[in-house]
Amino acid sequence: MRGVYHVLFYAIQNEDLTLDEEIYIFKTKRLQTEDEKLYITLMTKEQLASPIRAVGRLVIAWIEQTGAIFILFGKILRSSIHLWRRRRLAVDQMLLIGVQSLPLVSIIAVFTGAVSAWQAAYQFEGLVPLDYLGAGTSTAIFIELGPVLTGIILAGRVGSSIAAELGVMKVTEQIDALESLAIDPVHYLALPRFCAATFMTPVLTIFSDFIAVLGALIVSNVLIGQPAHIFLDSVQASFELRSLLGGLTKALVFGATIALIGCYIGFQTSGGAEGVGRATIQAFVLSAALILIHDYVLATILF
Amino acid sequence: MIEIRNLKKSFNGKPVLRGVNLDIPKGEAQIIIGRSGCGKSVLLKHIIGLVKPEAGQIFVDGEEVTSSSTRDLYRMRRKIGMLFQGAALFDSMTVEENVALGVREHRMFDETEIRRRVEEKLELVGLPKTQHLKPAELSGGMKKRVGLARALMMDPEFVLYDEPTTGLDPITSDAINELIIDCNKKLGVTSIIVTHDMTSAYKVGKRFAMLHDGQVIFTGTTDEVRHTNHAMVRQFIEGRADGPLQIY
Repeated sequence: MRGVYHVLFYAIQNEDLTLDEEIYIFKTKRLQTEDEKLYITLMTKEQLASPIRAVGRLVIAWIEQTGAIFILFGKILRSSIHLWRRRRLAVDQMLLIGVQSLPLVSIIAVFTGAVSAWQAAYQFEGLVPLDYLGAGTSTAIFIELGPVLTGIILAGRVGSSIAAELGVMKVTEQIDALESLAIDPVHYLALPRFCAATFMTPVLTIFSDFIAVLGALIVSNVLIGQPAHIFLDSVQASFELRSLLGGLTKALVFGATIALIGCYIGFQTSGGAEGVGRATIQAFVLSAALILIHDYVLATILF
Repeated sequence: MIEIRNLKKSFNGKPVLRGVNLDIPKGEAQIIIGRSGCGKSVLLKHIIGLVKPEAGQIFVDGEEVTSSSTRDLYRMRRKIGMLFQGAALFDSMTVEENVALGVREHRMFDETEIRRRVEEKLELVGLPKTQHLKPAELSGGMKKRVGLARALMMDPEFVLYDEPTTGLDPITSDAINELIIDCNKKLGVTSIIVTHDMTSAYKVGKRFAMLHDGQVIFTGTTDEVRHTNHAMVRQFIEGRADGPLQIY
């Protein structure tokens, strides 16, 4: 009797639903109260609504998320007056984010330099004298390749590990536990990670720039047969402090982006192990995309 | 005293609390029973201000938790300890660091005093000399006891227990029950225990409230709950599948 009542209720509420759909809804959700019935009804109406509404929802979700990211950013900046108190945690994070990323960054940098020298030599053929090889590759490395590739590597290594770590803390209620001890998680968890990543990304980029130029030098010397001094003279002659600093500014922004997105996604995580997995991927994808977008924006401003 | 007034909360449009009213006097051991997913844990999280309600108020010793500023909220939290369902120990820290984190952060005592108090609290929960262990080296029951030591470290006036005995063997469960009773009697704390373990509830509780469908449907003392004629409460405390509470 109860079941019949519910289905009837649906028939009244949803004129546009077929009886099968109503019965399906009734079977999957045992409806207890008026509120719940209303809720389910609204939900099905939503689901059946036009695709325009779906697009609208996506846009709203996007705006909400962007807003939430900026709010977290603001909170981190506001808590940065306490950085001195968090220096030990920040140094730990610098070790984790910076020093331990160095081997990976170095390997990627050597090959980045090597391939850019090889590729440049190929493109210069018949157009530009090979004497300019050092100038071409080193400028590209300082402005673009060094910061962007370091940024992307760190997005994968650091951004996703921040998201995973904070995500696990979130789903196992460790973040709630921090709050219950009257400790602000932004203050205790986000601030040290944010500062460490923002500081260490430019530092790693300097290493990566240097190693990449070294990689380019090796290729130009060993494989292309250009004497080392010509390559280095060309690097030196074309060197502009502005390019290097511009590249490092990019790296600074990338580092901040990686940590901010990692923390944001980590704090938002829900849904157990699966949720943590999802958070890890999201953090990487979002920060890698943002790095490339920021790269473009900064390039138009800086150069 | 904790006063909960017409508390309402929903998640993703789904109502979880639909106007909860409950008064918890000082020094009491209040049990909140109810089925899984009925909003018991959410209610606890409201008391400590981890979740903001859509409507309603909570007063802790006359101060409103629900609309207070972050600073006031953090000050209030210092007098409330919470034991989480999964203990929620920080797994990157040792037991000692876990237990001492709150007082260290707030610089409530000097380092010697902190060490002494950690030792004292760990002894109280029956885990002396475990300071150097990591949470991964502890069993479920030990984790909960460390969690309790951490909750008690700031000498709270209120302790909230989120399913303190769930997932523990009967003997460990009883040890936890004894601890809760001890804290309640010896330290004079007000305990709020969310549980669906009736053995534990009868043992530690003085007052009962049953939450169902986002509302408090029953309140009473241990005797009253044992002899109640309320059909839903009877079904719950007797643990029967048939009755007004349906399985879903």
